[in-house]
Amino acid sequence: MANRSTPLDKNTGRAAPNLWDLAAFLLVMGLVTLFAWGSREMALPYTPGERIPLSLDPVNLPEYALRTVLRMAAALALSLLFTFSYGTLAAKSRRAERILVPLLNILQSVPILGFLSVTVTGFIAMFPGKLLGVECAAIFAIFTSQAWNMAFSFYQSLKTIPSDLSEASVLFGLSPWQRFWKLDAPFAMPPLIWNMMMSVSGGWFFVVASEAITVGKTSVTLPGIGSYVAQAIHYRSLSAIGWALLTMLLVILVYDQLLFRPMVAWADKFKFETTESGEGSGSWVLTLFQRARLLRAAGRFLVNRWIRLTDLLPRRKQRASFHGSTQAAIPKAQEIVWNALLAIGVAGGAWLLVQFVGGEVDGAEIGKVFYLGFLTLVRVTVLLIIASLIWVPIGVYIGLNPKWATRVQPLAQFLAAFPANLFFPVAVFFMVHYHLSPEIWTAPLMILGTQWYILFNVIGGASAIPTDLREAARNFGVSGWKLWKTLLLPGIFPSLVTGLVTAAGGTWNASIVAEIVTWGNTTLTATGLGSYIAIWTEKGDYPRIALGIAVMSIYVLVLNRFFWQRLFTVSQTRYRLG
Amino acid sequence: MEETVNKVPLLKLSNVRKSYKKSDSGEHLVLDGVNIAIEEGEIVALLGRSGSGKSTLLRIISGLAQPGSGEALYCGKPITGPTQGLAMVFQSFALFPWLTVLENVELGLDAMGVPQAERRRRALEAIDLIGLDGFESAYPKELSGGMRQRVGFARALVVEPTLLLMDEPFSALDVLTAETLRTDLIELWLERRIPTKGILLVSHNIEEAVLLADRIIILGSNPGRVVSEIKIPLAHPRDRDAPLFRQLVDTVYGQMTQRSRAAGKVEAVPISYLLPEAHVNQLSGLLEALAAEPYNGKADLPELADQMGFGVDQLFPLLEALDILNLARIEGGDADLTASGRSYVDADILRRKEIFAEHLVRHVALAAHIRRVLDDRPGNRAKEDRFLRELEDFFSEETAETVLQVAIEWGRYAELFAYDEGSGILSLENPASGEQG
Repeated sequence: MANRSTPLDKNTGRAAPNLWDLAAFLLVMGLVTLFAWGSREMALPYTPGERIPLSLDPVNLPEYALRTVLRMAAALALSLLFTFSYGTLAAKSRRAERILVPLLNILQSVPILGFLSVTVTGFIAMFPGKLLGVECAAIFAIFTSQAWNMAFSFYQSLKTIPSDLSEASVLFGLSPWQRFWKLDAPFAMPPLIWNMMMSVSGGWFFVVASEAITVGKTSVTLPGIGSYVAQAIHYRSLSAIGWALLTMLLVILVYDQLLFRPMVAWADKFKFETTESGEGSGSWVLTLFQRARLLRAAGRFLVNRWIRLTDLLPRRKQRASFHGSTQAAIPKAQEIVWNALLAIGVAGGAWLLVQFVGGEVDGAEIGKVFYLGFLTLVRVTVLLIIASLIWVPIGVYIGLNPKWATRVQPLAQFLAAFPANLFFPVAVFFMVHYHLSPEIWTAPLMILGTQWYILFNVIGGASAIPTDLREAARNFGVSGWKLWKTLLLPGIFPSLVTGLVTAAGGTWNASIVAEIVTWGNTTLTATGLGSYIAIWTEKGDYPRIALGIAVMSIYVLVLNRFFWQRLFTVSQTRYRLG
Repeated sequence: MEETVNKVPLLKLSNVRKSYKKSDSGEHLVLDGVNIAIEEGEIVALLGRSGSGKSTLLRIISGLAQPGSGEALYCGKPITGPTQGLAMVFQSFALFPWLTVLENVELGLDAMGVPQAERRRRALEAIDLIGLDGFESAYPKELSGGMRQRVGFARALVVEPTLLLMDEPFSALDVLTAETLRTDLIELWLERRIPTKGILLVSHNIEEAVLLADRIIILGSNPGRVVSEIKIPLAHPRDRDAPLFRQLVDTVYGQMTQRSRAAGKVEAVPISYLLPEAHVNQLSGLLEALAAEPYNGKADLPELADQMGFGVDQLFPLLEALDILNLARIEGGDADLTASGRSYVDADILRRKEIFAEHLVRHVALAAHIRRVLDDRPGNRAKEDRFLRELEDFFSEETAETVLQVAIEWGRYAELFAYDEGSGILSLENPASGEQG
């Protein structure tokens, strides 16, 4: 975000430090020191199979939390890099677009923990004798939970840039580099930041899950909150789990205040609107940095250097070639070669998958895996329905009361960010204690973390229902069920669909962790595709892991294409307000 | 020798032709044989209705698009892409909402590689010139429409263009704001405070064109081509109420209604006809206004436009629609109510629908065609895509959709057929006449 050019400041030259500077400085330095120390720890030597000593003493938790946060930050940086390059390439090159966009769709539907189980051995081999390999595997897993929707959002923004702005940037002769920072990136910023926040919120779940995982003979334990919890489960220590929950709560709170809110408030600036809408979101951290005078002066200095530097870059000649229709025409011969290459790649991929899976697994097992997928599908569906039945009325009630909405909305977002898998041990403890059937009672765990998406989307939708429509309904005496049918349900429909799509994706992913849970040496297993993948992952049976992941991807893809996408189209055309 | 060098026009289009490739079935001609020249010291206005290819023409001149055939020369050199010396003011302002006024104005200079200090100096000068001082650090969304367009002007003027291109720059502004901005611009131009040597104004407002331009070029529709040129020999500042001014406005109106008159002579407009975007309610309103005092069935177009508060872009589609449907005759700058137009105004709602239906089937081939197809189908249903594909033989995808939308709106009002937007299905299951089917 290096394009923050200098706003004309009336106070230019008067950059005497103030108290805000001191506060901002301490905040920044503290963070830098923490990160530096944590990164050093990551590169320590390590031999596979060695168990990294983990202590259940809560004194160690701050360190573990920091390690977890670092993994998160690394993955996020990686995701941003990926987003900018992948999204730009897909949006600017028609040829790349045709393969990159469907690819992204597929990647989005692959269960995230699946990426971990198939890549971990490779990463360890890449950095022999270093802990870095394992770290990379974990970071890569988190990356896969974040990158796809960010890249997608960026790509979609680039495709919807208003033509007059893009014409203006061509007419005034901006170079591709200038255009990226002046037009593309700012325009894509608000949805990208929103997606980034959603990604990070979901990412906490996977960072915790990826810290302690066993794939066949390779056992990965990385110091972090997730592995601390795994250790606590192993020793059946409820108190340690309590400490872990408390630490995570604090981490999420800090993340919410230091990163989420400032970014969302900052992104308001890039909202593409021609008129000023009501109050934006506020953030004390952003205000702090905006008020720190010296810091602003320093920022201005850096930006000025940056501008000087980019001034030196070669300019695109003013008499550039035409853009638009002429560029679109791709020579026929090249087209055929490209398509042929694609076809070869696709055929090769299919052949590999069949060879790899088919050598080990027979048709009956494939059928069985699809049946397991169906069981998980039933669970996901029932859970989504129950969660909607609970949260829709509550969400609508809250959304219609603006006072409540502003208070509960952030809370729901906060809850969505909290990694629900940390609660699993507590749930298992009760299941064991009361002899509850895991087939039914592990199911709620799947939706524990994702149900909040339904709640806060419904709140958002309900508070956006125009007051005049509500007044009209009251004026004509529409109330009770009739009011729900004619106004409230249609009014929240688009946001409910958005919430459900997000929740459904998360629930499928969570099934791998939630359908099989342990407490000490008690293991509770529910029959389903999630537990199938989890079990074979632990045994390190790659063909079966691949089969399980492929089947889950197929389920998610088919559902997206034939159910969610249609519902989404209907919600956007028929039920859009205004 | 020296004289011939000076005589090179700022802009010269010879025989420009442009067509858009359609998915499979051939091409759609947008511009055909356009010849335009702009000399130094001239303001030229380009008038035309939707479908006249105004914006395509402007895109060719600005270097955003290439002519299919023919030649576009700027100062004698072919235009092969965005060209220094040409700057554009956009109808929608096209300001970057995340950049301040100052940063927006600096945009073009930045791209040219002007050093930062000089960039700032020139931008501040331009901001002063256009009357924006005090707003340098404001973001566009804090400004009113008029102020925003001033930023648009400053951004274009700061790169010191030789030829200034303006794409309906005043049409998104309210009447008062637009007038002030026009006056300010013409003052800058007359007092030579801007180095600009020529202005090309694309407009659909006839009075605005007569007010500003030295010469008006009228484009005809589908495909776009030059229909006529009118010189405006009036000195600035011009008085809108002067007899000569009114007379020139009348002349332009007359020239612009020539085409729809020709179309009206045909019994029914063919399926390939670009139906004007006119809403039924507005058509009824216009007919009622025509029938009432002071017109009593015959109105002078400039007067009518003035009274209804309509710009050309709003009024002309309505007039064209009435002309096609034979509810009014548009001729030589006048609108004349026909006998059926008169009975339409006198009728009640149900009878009005009957009259409208009758005229629709008789005069609009597309509507009659849709009805015939629905009558022939066993279930009396058809997908709209079917008709879209037929229309795409004549129009671009987008235009085809617009034309079908118009036909559907008229047909629904006339109760010729019913339409379900969700499924895109046309049928005869009209809820109003359900019991008959």
